[in-house]
Amino acid sequence: MPYEKSQPPLRYPPYQSTILRAPSRPMIQIPAHYSDLTRPVYGHLPIGPNDNDLTVHGAGGPPQGERIIISGRVVDEDGRPMPHTLIEIWQTNAAGRYQHVKDTHPAPLDPNFTGAGRTETDAEGRYTFTTIKPGAYPWRNHPNAWRPAHVHFSIFGTSFLTRLVTQMFFPGDPLFPQDPVLQSIHDPRARARLVSQFDLALTQPEWALGYRFDLVVRGPHGTPFEERA
Amino acid sequence: VTDRDTDLVATPSQTVGPFFDFGLTTPNAALGRMAGPDTPGERIRLRVRVFDGAGAAVPDAVVEVWQADASGAYPGVPDRRPATPGQAFLGWGRLGTNEEGTCEFQTIRPGRVPTGDGRLAASHLDVCLFARGLLRHVFTRIYFAGDPALSEDPVLALVPEQRRETLVAHLDGDAWVFDLRLQGEGETVFFDL
Repeated sequence: MPYEKSQPPLRYPPYQSTILRAPSRPMIQIPAHYSDLTRPVYGHLPIGPNDNDLTVHGAGGPPQGERIIISGRVVDEDGRPMPHTLIEIWQTNAAGRYQHVKDTHPAPLDPNFTGAGRTETDAEGRYTFTTIKPGAYPWRNHPNAWRPAHVHFSIFGTSFLTRLVTQMFFPGDPLFPQDPVLQSIHDPRARARLVSQFDLALTQPEWALGYRFDLVVRGPHGTPFEERA
Repeated sequence: VTDRDTDLVATPSQTVGPFFDFGLTTPNAALGRMAGPDTPGERIRLRVRVFDGAGAAVPDAVVEVWQADASGAYPGVPDRRPATPGQAFLGWGRLGTNEEGTCEFQTIRPGRVPTGDGRLAASHLDVCLFARGLLRHVFTRIYFAGDPALSEDPVLALVPEQRRETLVAHLDGDAWVFDLRLQGEGETVFFDL
């Protein structure tokens, strides 16, 4: 599938915030040899030893909620692993509330859960987070609108070409059909990429359920339009 | 050449949403201070203001910038992660916008970068913008008003003349100001690869 077909449109009126924010003019194509976006770049952020375990950030003990492990690989469209890639995540607590001043959902905050983590992939592109399962929460996009539980992911690849911000969902969530953010992706195979899979092999006995979430970033080859013509 | 039949489906982009700051920007305010005391080059303050199609400020955008150093070279990828951000010139910055839709980078004026065809680009920064309401990020560039090299820049030359002004920052007091208009009158030019 060409990269472009896997991505959501900028304007998608069922997601109301796109209406005034989606650029309306056609993008201008930059030939790869003029572009800085293919130069090597790097998420220059330090990573602490516990930054990938969101359950140990609270001073008062572990956070409330169902402990989970999220693990997977980051590869490009040709299946090549993306080593030493910065991954940042953020999410609600178990009750569906973000640690954010503008989140007014009347669900409890958890003093032992900030909901942010960071890690780097290993030489084979693998990563792991330990966290708690986030909750669904209401928003005002349409009447009785609820976001399915999700974890935000930010991936810093080898250049701006592979930059990716996305969301990971949990399998079988009944809120999928009414969520315009997920439904903005037209192709069902592409949509399925955003749904993690329960994995018993990742699940740690007496400790935490495991979910596998593999990420595929845009290939490093110049413009797909030239190469795939 | 790769066999396209074996291509994996790329992971789709999703919006950064409104609640990113504790994950991406707040703990990293240092990421707006891109130049350290020893960084060579002309110190500049670069204020980016983001507006929607109705002209309203966008208070929940993430602005990432990427630029060359004063000599026109892009910092390479280091062997290991820095212990703390903001120590050396990395050419990369990230800030969230405030209630006025504004954020301000402290950096140096980028040098002219050689393009692939033996020419020199005009001094510029690349911008990658994320926001609630943007299902995928968008790229643009910031050039500097009054730069005689603007007329030689090969990327600006791809832009219709009447829209080039949307890519130019202007000096206001001691800060360069760049207005990024997502839509409508004066919509900023965005780039794709």
